[in-house]
Amino acid sequence: MEGLELAQMALSEASRNGATAAEILIVSAESLAAGVRLGEVEKLKSSRERRLGLRIFTGQSSATASTADFEPASVAGFVASTVALARLTASDPWSGLPDRTLHPRDLVELELSDPNHRIIEADKALGLARVAEAAALKLDPRIKNSEGAEFDSGFYRVLFANSQGFSGEYAGTSYSLSVVPIAQNGGSMQRDYWYTANRRYDQLEDPESVGLTAARRALRRLGARKIKTSRAPVVLDPDIAGGLIRSMAGAASGPSLYRGASFLIGKLGTQVASPNVTIIDDGTIVGGLGSKPFDGEGLKTSRKAIVENGVLATYLLDTYSARKLKLAPTGNAARSVGESPTVSPANLYLQAGPYPPEEIIRSVKQGLYVTELIGFGINMVTGDYSRGAGGMWIENGELAYPVQEITIAGNLKDMFQSIEMVGNDLHWRSATAAPTIKIAEMTIAGE
Amino acid sequence: MANEVQAPDQFFLTRFGMSERAFERILDTALERKADYADLYFEYRDAESISLEESMVNRTSKSVSHGVGVRVCAEDRTGYAYSDEVTIDRMKLAAEAARAIADQRGDRAGVVQVGQPAARQSLYELKTTPLDVPVEEKARLLSEIDKIVRASDPRVKNVMASFAAERKIVMIVNSEGRIAADIQPLCRLNVSVIVEDGTNRQVGTFGGGGRVEYSYLLEGERWKQYALEAARQALVNLDAVDAPAGEMVVVLAHGWPGILLHEAIGHGLEGDFNRKGVSAFTNRIGQQVASPLCTVIDDGTIANRRGSLNVDDEGTPTSRTVLIEKGILRGYLQDTLNARLMKTAPTGNGRRESFAHTPMPRMTNTFMLAGESTPEEIIGSVKHGLYAVSFGGGQVDITNGKFVFSASEAYLIEDGHVTRPVKGATLIGDGPDVLTRVSMVGNDLELDSGIGTCGKDGQSVPVGVGLPTTRIDGITVGGTHA
Repeated sequence: MEGLELAQMALSEASRNGATAAEILIVSAESLAAGVRLGEVEKLKSSRERRLGLRIFTGQSSATASTADFEPASVAGFVASTVALARLTASDPWSGLPDRTLHPRDLVELELSDPNHRIIEADKALGLARVAEAAALKLDPRIKNSEGAEFDSGFYRVLFANSQGFSGEYAGTSYSLSVVPIAQNGGSMQRDYWYTANRRYDQLEDPESVGLTAARRALRRLGARKIKTSRAPVVLDPDIAGGLIRSMAGAASGPSLYRGASFLIGKLGTQVASPNVTIIDDGTIVGGLGSKPFDGEGLKTSRKAIVENGVLATYLLDTYSARKLKLAPTGNAARSVGESPTVSPANLYLQAGPYPPEEIIRSVKQGLYVTELIGFGINMVTGDYSRGAGGMWIENGELAYPVQEITIAGNLKDMFQSIEMVGNDLHWRSATAAPTIKIAEMTIAGE
Repeated sequence: MANEVQAPDQFFLTRFGMSERAFERILDTALERKADYADLYFEYRDAESISLEESMVNRTSKSVSHGVGVRVCAEDRTGYAYSDEVTIDRMKLAAEAARAIADQRGDRAGVVQVGQPAARQSLYELKTTPLDVPVEEKARLLSEIDKIVRASDPRVKNVMASFAAERKIVMIVNSEGRIAADIQPLCRLNVSVIVEDGTNRQVGTFGGGGRVEYSYLLEGERWKQYALEAARQALVNLDAVDAPAGEMVVVLAHGWPGILLHEAIGHGLEGDFNRKGVSAFTNRIGQQVASPLCTVIDDGTIANRRGSLNVDDEGTPTSRTVLIEKGILRGYLQDTLNARLMKTAPTGNGRRESFAHTPMPRMTNTFMLAGESTPEEIIGSVKHGLYAVSFGGGQVDITNGKFVFSASEAYLIEDGHVTRPVKGATLIGDGPDVLTRVSMVGNDLELDSGIGTCGKDGQSVPVGVGLPTTRIDGITVGGTHA
């Protein structure tokens, strides 16, 4: 028994066992990862997996479960034991399937799959990784070592059905190529990386250019030093700026808000960032890496501004958190197979501003250009922010020398309010994108 | 299920209709081209989680997963294929995919003969696993935690508590004919408390567990200690002032601050990074990398610990490895692939998250041996500095050696006394340098309560850390108060 037939069987088993409502999710995936290091094949990893997830309601009580056993008899037993588990769970007035009128009638075509390719065969994948790594290795004699290059391709299929008559299916592909070269000079050693990712094989960045960018980034870090503790302007490169807006999306997500675990509680409709900040979440971008036709509860995904000209315009909500906060769900329910829905942005981005990145750097007399952050020093309850940083010191508008073993610290509330400049360099390489940004001032701790 | 618990090596044979002869045939297929080594990794995992928020035990979940991975190694190349269908046909396909790594046809490595299972350590033989305890009983415990925390202080705004348990049955069969199997129970109780005082809101988190029976959480009311500790941390932070910024003396409290060793030292000593020459510790065996006060150990053989294993995920018995002895770098952590290529012995540190992953050298329980100072002497010796008691996560760039770990509870030390609490701050240092700055080590070694999870290359595995109270003469503290 396959797909929809299996799903319908599980749903009717649920009902037969006394469930008042149920949802089933079946995810199957295959992938191939091909890695080379120093020109030689290092690894080939191929996978096939499928998992079945259930969410069962008995009145206002619910339980979730997942299994890899698709034998119809096993599935029936599995459904029965999940119904039993739901009965042991507390009745929760907010729990339940979404309002049935919110399910989409037709699914839009989002072009999530490459029309011409599936899994890229091993020889070809290894070849691409080899070209990318070779480009990095031959750029400069100081690139002497490498952690290798890897080409990954994946294909997945999602089937979702619930007991109020909604069902939907979609499939997607993904391709990525990454390179991690190591630059050495005397006793000092630095690594950096670069990657390209797309749902269409033909739209990946050229492998040589991926390798060259990775090598330049590693070389740029050689000779990095620690600097004196100071307060100074901080410019975040696009990847780092993307991480910052993910913190905003996390704080704006329903579960963080109703739990009291967000620095954005009670801030809807107020100025939470400088007026040049507009943050959009859009699950409907054609070919977007985070796009999907419906969310983890079968609700239509959408495009909305989370922050519009600095004003917090919406929260990100699934049905449960929306009910708790007396708002409408936003199609942001995220679902790993065996768990209750959580909330996540789909394609999240900071809208581009007017400034070329060079002009942003030029505007700084003394300050920090951040290209790497490490650690988890973000307190989502208070907004307190303190992370390990690496990058370039800016002197008189120029990138002067690399720096490391420093931290940047502040509070997210102040950091968003003091975003002075937003770059025009918005490029999509993952489900989050942002241009270069400049924060007026942060504490930089060093010597 | 009782017979599974008795003999893990029989479990897969009966559950999936396998036989030693079938393993031999598949390993022969895997080795058909010129390869050094092949293994099969079988995994069957049962898991459950139960959680409470807003005084309701409103989420329960369970999962069953199983799968098999076939790995072929030829020199430094690895081919790996896995499937969640544990059948002979799937394994044959996987073996054919994995052996693509060994591209030259050559002499066969010889016919594989699977022998008897290796003798096992017994570090966590449990009468009952935490999964056997009824869900209702765990739900009652979470409700009790909620009541006690809320009653403990009127500023408590929300309590989130969760219990998670799993039982993994694994079996590894390799081309040397060795067969190893294990049953690995694991559980963890976690409590987060949000407190509010006017507009000031703070969070505290604590928990614990291990490869233990459920009753472990009840002994000496451990569950209650975890709950009240989470509340205490949150309340302390209501009074926290801005943390200092810049380099200063830092005293680390005992226990969980041992995350310092995990980030600063442990990852950099994993065999893969050193074989490839990409670690800041590459070629430094025998050199002084720490003060003579420091002896750092990785030990996978401590009974019932979260980071312990009877055998690693390649079937090698875990062991106790001296990483640093009185300041001198002694050893790396090895899996079989890297040990073979570096011509040394595996240390039982080949671990993986699941059948969907290949093994890598990973830590188990990493800690520093006790010294001679009392914690009071250590704090009393500091004129101006930071006393860091609890931490969130950490991370390291193994190539340049820079590492961070983020304090979630810390205080100023002024004239030898612990004074005001300060807000959380990230500490950043240099792995090969930081332990050379250790000037006092306490006599109070403690291991953490059983909460650690380590991420590497996208794979998470449970680990432990430990530390005596330790004084570091200078590390950069990333506060906001410049």
